[in-house]
Amino acid sequence: MAKKLENSLLNMFLSLTVICVVVGGLLGLVADVTAQPIQDAKDAAQKAAIAAVAPEFDAVADPQKVEQPNGIEAIVFAVSKGGEVVGHAVQATTLKGFGGKVIIMFGFDLDGNITGYNVLDCSNETPGLGSKIPVWFQKGQKGDVIGKNPSTNNLSVSKDGGEVDAITAATISSRAFCDAIAQAASVLTGTDVDTAASAQVGSNN
Amino acid sequence: MSKLGIIINGLVKENPTFVLLLGMCPTLGTTSSAINGMSMGLATMAVLICSNIVISLLKSLIPDKVHIPCYIVVIAGFVTVVQLLLKAYAPEVDAKLGLFIPLIVVNCIVLGRAESFAAKNGPIDSACDGIGIGLGFTIALTLIGLCREFLGAGTAFDLRVFPENFGALTFVLAPGAFITLGFIVAIFNKITEKK
Repeated sequence: MAKKLENSLLNMFLSLTVICVVVGGLLGLVADVTAQPIQDAKDAAQKAAIAAVAPEFDAVADPQKVEQPNGIEAIVFAVSKGGEVVGHAVQATTLKGFGGKVIIMFGFDLDGNITGYNVLDCSNETPGLGSKIPVWFQKGQKGDVIGKNPSTNNLSVSKDGGEVDAITAATISSRAFCDAIAQAASVLTGTDVDTAASAQVGSNN
Repeated sequence: MSKLGIIINGLVKENPTFVLLLGMCPTLGTTSSAINGMSMGLATMAVLICSNIVISLLKSLIPDKVHIPCYIVVIAGFVTVVQLLLKAYAPEVDAKLGLFIPLIVVNCIVLGRAESFAAKNGPIDSACDGIGIGLGFTIALTLIGLCREFLGAGTAFDLRVFPENFGALTFVLAPGAFITLGFIVAIFNKITEKK
């Protein structure tokens, strides 16, 4: 075994400093190289989510940030086809999940019917239970909410008197999902969104 | 010890999960499914191999009194590199493992191998040790994840084996992790004892 450097203050100072500087430099380099792919991956995930939930469209307006009733910002994308607004995609966040935050992208047509949803983050929900959110409420599944309208249908879980079947053994996560719908719907019905969206895309009409 | 011997040693005789019982936090936390366990094992293995090599190269340049901070800086550097790479090129894996990736820094397997092996052996042997221990950890996590996923949700690597309603939810939750780990450690010890 090679002889170690002795424990003098200078040696300790130098070795630790050099290691920190080299590692710091390496990290800076890697962060620089990966910054673009990371941003691309985030954008791609968001685009895929919009495409999965919104009514058929050919253009997406710039995102609008609107505050939800629970104080968190929702992001609203107006989608249009042939220059006419055909619906909205709303990225809503609820804090009522079993592990806190759940982020879901909802699609709405112009009448406010839910056209689809895509879960962006439910990583804090219990695996095997609450983590079923991404499939449970889809079309044809047990808790199907697609095509329903938050303003005319009572979209809360059946235990609370609503018409959504909760995920077995995951009532809290199911309530969080319904809360996310409520947050998204209230953002959408807020007048500022409608005018802003139509001002952006409506000029083409 | 031959290079192969070092690898086998990490896999069986000093298997980090089943024999040394190190790194229990990620073992219990990330094994809710086979895929999660395997991704966590592979990420840890990547960090382990890199940090073992570098620490083995640096060992004569690091004074004894500051060796722990030096090792931690090296390990934390590699963990952050792995995390950034995962975020950039495998965002789904990153989303699933979440906080457990940065927590590899304080995984006692990584620091433990740096202390007990890399600080005393050459870089090639240390790389072999990293591969052996890393594989041992990966296989252990995959096995535990597979058992929990199978018993709890009725799937294996996300393929359905039996209907979901027959699954025992306990196995997907935290208590199932302890129970599964206990049984597998017992079986592993029984088998290696006979040899």
